[in-house]
Amino acid sequence: MKAVCFVKSVPDTETRVRLTGNRLDKSEIKYILNPYCEFAVEEAVRKKEAGIVDEVLVISMGPSRAQEAIRSALAIGADRGVHIEDDNLDGSDAIVTARVLVEAFKKEGGLDNYQILLFGLRAIDGDTWSVPSMIAELLGIPAVTNIVKLDINGNKAIAIRMVEGGEEVFEVELPCVFAARKGLNEPRYPSLPSIMKAKKKPITRYTISDLGIPSDAVGKVGSFTEVLEYTLPPQRQAGKKVEGEPEQVVEELIKFLREVANII
Amino acid sequence: MIGGVVMVLVVAEAREGALRKPAKEALSEGRRMADKLGAKAVAVIIGEGVKTLLKEISGYGMDKIYVADSAFLKYYHPMAYARIISEVVAKESPKVVLMGGTQTGRDLMPRVAIRVGGGYAPDCTGYEINGDSIIAVRPAISGKVIVKVGFKKYPAFMVLRPNVFGVNEDIISVSSEVVEISFEPTEVERKQIVKEFSIKTAGRPELTEAEIVVSGGRGLKDAANFAMLEELADLLGAAVGASRAAVDAGWRPQSDQVGQTGKTVSPKLYMAIGISGAIQHLAGMSSSKYIVAINKDPDAPIFNVADFGIVGDLFKIVPVLIERLKKEKARS
Repeated sequence: MKAVCFVKSVPDTETRVRLTGNRLDKSEIKYILNPYCEFAVEEAVRKKEAGIVDEVLVISMGPSRAQEAIRSALAIGADRGVHIEDDNLDGSDAIVTARVLVEAFKKEGGLDNYQILLFGLRAIDGDTWSVPSMIAELLGIPAVTNIVKLDINGNKAIAIRMVEGGEEVFEVELPCVFAARKGLNEPRYPSLPSIMKAKKKPITRYTISDLGIPSDAVGKVGSFTEVLEYTLPPQRQAGKKVEGEPEQVVEELIKFLREVANII
Repeated sequence: MIGGVVMVLVVAEAREGALRKPAKEALSEGRRMADKLGAKAVAVIIGEGVKTLLKEISGYGMDKIYVADSAFLKYYHPMAYARIISEVVAKESPKVVLMGGTQTGRDLMPRVAIRVGGGYAPDCTGYEINGDSIIAVRPAISGKVIVKVGFKKYPAFMVLRPNVFGVNEDIISVSSEVVEISFEPTEVERKQIVKEFSIKTAGRPELTEAEIVVSGGRGLKDAANFAMLEELADLLGAAVGASRAAVDAGWRPQSDQVGQTGKTVSPKLYMAIGISGAIQHLAGMSSSKYIVAINKDPDAPIFNVADFGIVGDLFKIVPVLIERLKKEKARS
């Protein structure tokens, strides 16, 4: 059995967003492998170490920096990468992204070759949480998103999905999409030898014409949504700050809760 | 659109026989949006025994309600739910499809959007109507930027952030047309089932839906000290949250984490207790209406966003606050 992980390069969690006019200023952003994708890759590699999976493929779409995200995944222990890079892809929305990723996946043999499709639940930049479900729908297969546990048993899987106030235990037949969240595992810190080894692992590159996708089906032109404008959220102002005897500061807090927040 | 009438379709969601709060918000906003567009509001509800909810759904002013009631649909089923909603969309050609931003909403709507070919905007905190166009307003990059999203393909699929759109408490009297959808699972759908649903809330409101959240961080020093925050939360009818530090230390479950790798909350009041306010934590709670912080470090970044801050020892302040709230409660 083989596993594929779809990963994304995203701004570091420490990033402070700046704008140039109403567009994002990307000049000083440092990029990392999306933290949620780390859980996905770690899970696939653990399944390989457990002898359940014999190959872990990593697919990423994005500009040249996506290569670094793929290398990070290879350092965790994935075997090889696929990088879809094409200037026409700039500005693609979630639906276009899902379609392009599916074409690359099919080029690699698709569901005939890969039965476990792993994603991070969300990419911390776009935050749409949508590509895993969209790809499952395009492929006509089930998906269990937001999982904290994944057990593979033959062609079946038990996956625990965290929902508000509880957990759903899903039983599914493979092939299936799984989207990982924090709690699924504790991703390893790749060792220096693993990082060195990752540099030698193969990465296949595709442009959209390699995948048979016309340029007007992707990017801003092919997308179903368009970003009209970026703005910064209203800056919160520091309010009142008090210090003193507990009884006295609590009294002031009670006054705030009653008169301003209006909750007691 | 049927006979030139514009439509807003709301996907309602129930659990354990009751409408979920984000579903009530979506139904309420669906009616308000329909009024702004001069449109009809149509709802769809899927589940087992959900026919009992028809009267309540109608009370949100729904002109028509589609209902798929089947034992197979008792729990969320991505493929089956997506197929049912897609059929309703094909029949009604709505301008907009709304759903509350639960885990189910965030999983289901992308499937339907790509299936029927409409633009998708999740986590909406607002929208604008510009002539014939809908523009969704949503945070991205963990709330560090606000994005206006235009739709080039309709229906516009919008998933609403919980706790942002108000629930209409007044019952709107309309006679809703009810359409029953007959449902049989396909062979592929039978290959995915929920075997079990376990509830793990301890009777407190869900973090993402709560009006008040009481969160603790590294400053709590120990798992046992969260008992104090739980007592405070119960006095306020609040949910208990935690910073990443408290979760990584094993003091609280993953499901309690607020922040970039946890949940995003927008309560009316967020109390950050013993939380310094790292940028990743702020990403998950800075859209709260009011923020109260208690921290012994006067330079903690949390004070930069707090509407009311107390510099001091939480172990001295929180017990006094609890006693004071008990008195307040006894009085009312």
